[in-house]
Amino acid sequence: MTGEPEVVTTTYEKLYNWARRSSLWPMQFGLACCAIEMMAVLDPRHDMSRFGAEVFRSTPRQSDLMIVSGTVTEKMAPVIRRLWDQMPEPKWAIAMGACATCGGPYRTYAVTQGVDRVIPVDVYIPGCPPRPEALIWGLLHLQRKIDRTRSRPVAVGR
Amino acid sequence: MNGNAPTGEPLFGLREMELNFGPQHPATHGVMRLKLKVDGERIVDCYPIIGYLHRGTEKLFELHPFFQNVPHTDRLDYVAAATNNLAYVGAVEKLVGLVVPPRARYIRVILAELQRISSHLVWLATHAIDIGAMTPFFYCFRERELILDLFEQYCGARLTLNSMRPGGQPYDLPQGWVERCGEFIAEFPAKVDEYEDLLTENRIWKRRTVGIGVLPPETAIAYGVTGPMLRGSGVDWDLRKALPYEAYGEVEFDVPVFHNCDTYDRYLVRIEEMRQSARIIRQCLDRLPDGPIMAKRPRVLKAAAATEAYHAVEGPKGELGFYIVGDGSTNPYRCHVRPTSFMNLQALPEMSRGALISDLVALIGTVDIVLGEIDR
Repeated sequence: MTGEPEVVTTTYEKLYNWARRSSLWPMQFGLACCAIEMMAVLDPRHDMSRFGAEVFRSTPRQSDLMIVSGTVTEKMAPVIRRLWDQMPEPKWAIAMGACATCGGPYRTYAVTQGVDRVIPVDVYIPGCPPRPEALIWGLLHLQRKIDRTRSRPVAVGR
Repeated sequence: MNGNAPTGEPLFGLREMELNFGPQHPATHGVMRLKLKVDGERIVDCYPIIGYLHRGTEKLFELHPFFQNVPHTDRLDYVAAATNNLAYVGAVEKLVGLVVPPRARYIRVILAELQRISSHLVWLATHAIDIGAMTPFFYCFRERELILDLFEQYCGARLTLNSMRPGGQPYDLPQGWVERCGEFIAEFPAKVDEYEDLLTENRIWKRRTVGIGVLPPETAIAYGVTGPMLRGSGVDWDLRKALPYEAYGEVEFDVPVFHNCDTYDRYLVRIEEMRQSARIIRQCLDRLPDGPIMAKRPRVLKAAAATEAYHAVEGPKGELGFYIVGDGSTNPYRCHVRPTSFMNLQALPEMSRGALISDLVALIGTVDIVLGEIDR
């Protein structure tokens, strides 16, 4: 036998995780300053498509990653919760920047002190705003987290 | 293809329908929400609903000393942080009576004009993507990264610059910065030609923008619209010429004015402004004076009791002003922002009546709003 092997053996778990982490579809959803850096992550210099996460979808129903990029206000929080509920499972959330993590510089009456009061967050990225490289770091971190996911047993061949 | 055809008869003879647009919508440039009354595809009326990014910044201004407020101004119009810094420190300097040294004034003009270019690049990228042209996004962000590199070399930040202080500049230009900036400015006009190659004579671009969103000059003035929006409506008004601040009185530049009042002309105004900004920066780099970069000032600034000052600058989007009241303490008693986008947004319902829903996407783009500034 020469060349590449024709048969690859793996587990369903690894296969699922590999497929899920290699093609994350973020929701096109900018909140504030961080959204500008989220746009910069798509530009020719940073090019997030290298990591399979460049397909920004305009609707929550087609996306599996929510990048909360900016300040979450009390007025916006219910909207974010509804968008999160509209996303199909499995889904992940990245809190990008200080505001989404903990309210950042805005300790005021209007600002929710962290998006984790509304939705569960997988990765927190520090910075005000984080650099595009930091967002890529957060994405890679999330990919590693997905790789460690233990799937429920899947019934096959019924 | 005239998007602003008079409505008159209902299109299908059906009832008007209310349609919600946003706050999560790819074309709203943030978290703005529009309540539309539509008749088929035609917009009968449009009510912007704002406040989804209200962060209480004006209240925060009162809680911090004058110096510590500069970073908060970065996050108002976050696409043009240097311009916000400039307007705020200008107001503080007026309030406490500081005179800025010439070198600092020139550095400020260079930063503000680089910021104008970078803001217009973000506008062009997003406006074009909304209308359906993907390529300008990559072109514009290619050059924008180079500008952000210059910012980073100057003050360490890409977006939220915190690059000015009341009384002068926090840092002098680093070694080699003038040459690097000069190289960028020398190459930049050719890049603007590239964007124009993609769009200016593009048939699709023209059909989506020519005659769309007509804003007559008297309406624009009545709504308090400023900046490229106003100059696209044929009104020659630019604060850099009308009330020169910093070093703008000492440089030569033209103010582009176009008279068709539509989305296409506002595009032409901003394209030409990028070229003029490059021209201003070139002159400032050539004439950059030596000397101190910070005025003699106390370590803690205090405004006299019952004083007030308003200072406005020509930002990338129009007139951006800060109104500060002093009460004898180290903090502003009240600091009000005159946000450009807020005033310009008021013209959106006026422009969108009678337009198609698909034109609304072009209209939001042409207003060039930033929600951080509108909601504050």
